Amino acid sequence: MHFRDNIDYPPMLTRPAVFFPLLTAIFVSLWWFGAGNSAIGRLVLGLVPMAEGNPLNLATAAFVTALVGFNIFVVMRLALRQQVWLVWGELAALILLFFYSFDLSFAFIQRKIGFLITQGLVTTLYISAVSIVIATVLALMGAVAKLSSNGIAQGIAHFYTSLFRGLPLLMQIYMIYLGLPQLGYVVDAVPTGIAALSLCYGAYMTEIFRAGIESIPKGQWEAARALGMRPISVMTRIILPQSMRVIIPPTGNQFISMLKDSSLVSVVGVWELMYLARTQGQTEFRHIEMMVTASLIYWLMSIVLELLQKRIETHFNKAATR
Amino acid sequence: MTSVKTAPSAIEISGLSKWYGTMQVLHDIDLTVAQGERLVICGPSGSGKSTLIRTINALEGFEQGVIKVAGIALTRDQAVVEDVRRRVGMVFQQFNLFPHLTVLENCALPLRLVRSLSAAEARDRAMHYLSKVHIPEQALKYPAQLSGGQQQRVAIARAVAMQPEVMLFDEPTSALDPEMVKEVLDVMVGLAEEGMTMAVVTHEMGFARQVADRVIFMDGGRIVEQGPPTTFFTAPKNERTQAFLQQVLH
Ligand SMILES: Nc1ncnc2c1ncn2[C@@H]1O[C@H](COP(=O)(O)OP(=O)(O)O)[C@@H](O)[C@H]1O
Ligand SMILES: [Mg+2]
Repeated sequence: MHFRDNIDYPPMLTRPAVFFPLLTAIFVSLWWFGAGNSAIGRLVLGLVPMAEGNPLNLATAAFVTALVGFNIFVVMRLALRQQVWLVWGELAALILLFFYSFDLSFAFIQRKIGFLITQGLVTTLYISAVSIVIATVLALMGAVAKLSSNGIAQGIAHFYTSLFRGLPLLMQIYMIYLGLPQLGYVVDAVPTGIAALSLCYGAYMTEIFRAGIESIPKGQWEAARALGMRPISVMTRIILPQSMRVIIPPTGNQFISMLKDSSLVSVVGVWELMYLARTQGQTEFRHIEMMVTASLIYWLMSIVLELLQKRIETHFNKAATR
Repeated sequence: MTSVKTAPSAIEISGLSKWYGTMQVLHDIDLTVAQGERLVICGPSGSGKSTLIRTINALEGFEQGVIKVAGIALTRDQAVVEDVRRRVGMVFQQFNLFPHLTVLENCALPLRLVRSLSAAEARDRAMHYLSKVHIPEQALKYPAQLSGGQQQRVAIARAVAMQPEVMLFDEPTSALDPEMVKEVLDVMVGLAEEGMTMAVVTHEMGFARQVADRVIFMDGGRIVEQGPPTTFFTAPKNERTQAFLQQVLH
């Protein structure tokens, strides 16, 4: 925890002045919007047979409201960590329930998921991973160039970030795929995707790296230089390891974002996850199945990246904690 | 070889002037520090003390004059600057330890990178100098886990482990709590007793009396007065020196 004060705030949700109005609001709005007409309504109807329409709406609203109220009481009794995970899990369950309510054909998903993973996911991961590496190298060079005293390097770096942050990624993909052949270079679809993602994200990350490097106090440079260390050693051994604390959280963001932006590459016909999700459902008109499956795969991959980011952050924070 | 060669002075500064934009912060400074000499520089805030000693290892540039360190004239050439920096150690007011490295690594990493020692040699030498500043037992801690006085002693060990010919100190005790000043000054006294050439910017007049061969008073970017501590403290000639001494000596 970053900063924990020594004040016990009275819990907000269980105060009667908050608790009862909240539940009333939930109840009334559920009733008003006809909650009985939903998947939960059908569930309630299964438990207690009754007339559809207003009675079912009331019963469903009451059922959900009671559930929420009970849930608040349970959660408020847990320790902080458990609260976080329980609430996370409940919200995840709600999302899955939302997907489930589409009345999906699981047989169809089962038939297609293998191909979605071996072809789609693998391609997506391949494109993203290569782009992440290239973008990181570009960003490092861009940041060092921007902070250098070399006018040519600065000029190139400023132009680079301006252009590639300034154009929509989709446009960059088209430019490379359709524009470069005008010059006589035909670029395949996958290299096109990797080039566009690397250049675009390298430009964003240049700014992240630059800010990170600049966040290190001048005294660190001075001490290292006064000891006789070479500029390259100062950068790699003293400045960058310290900048990592500042660089990693937004970089993690960029990686997660890139993972999903790699779906834009589907416009030039790369058989990555998004492309397959759009095309595999077509033959049997089962678009939703493929979309939901692909969504969950994207989400799972993002979660993996999130966890990875957390680990790396902890690693680089260890010296700073006291 | 018939001529008798005398060892060059540790530091030779002549006609040194420096500007920040249009503001001149050093005015035609002449200063020679002999080998083994202990020089204390004092003066009011903004008088140019930091700027002066930071020009000696090229942390600041200068527009006019000549600076020689161990006979080497300082230019803006990378090889020259790095040669000079290897001969000159520096201790800063804010310690400037590397927070992501342990105390031991702070001392050992520069030895490996700059002096090309092996990992084992660097560690041994770092431990030797950490013992000399009386904190070998903190070697595996991170700087943030140490007190200010301990951090400054590590910074001294880190600089001295490089075995420089000259040590520069820029207000090494000004950022410390009063009770920690002595432990740092004691280390510096020990260093002086071993014969290290030192230029120390400080307002610790007790230290100046005990250790200095010469005290310099700066004001407005000029050396206004200098002399051995006995005469400097008992009979300052310049009225600005008198006013300054009255303030720092109560
Ligand atoms: N980076 C800088 N840019 C502009 N002026 C500066 C800079 N550093 C110092 N100065 C000015 O130079 C003068 C001398 O500063 P300094 O050497 O730090 O004084 P001292 O160490 O004696 O307190 C002061 O007037 C200060 O404001
Ligand atoms: Mg100063």
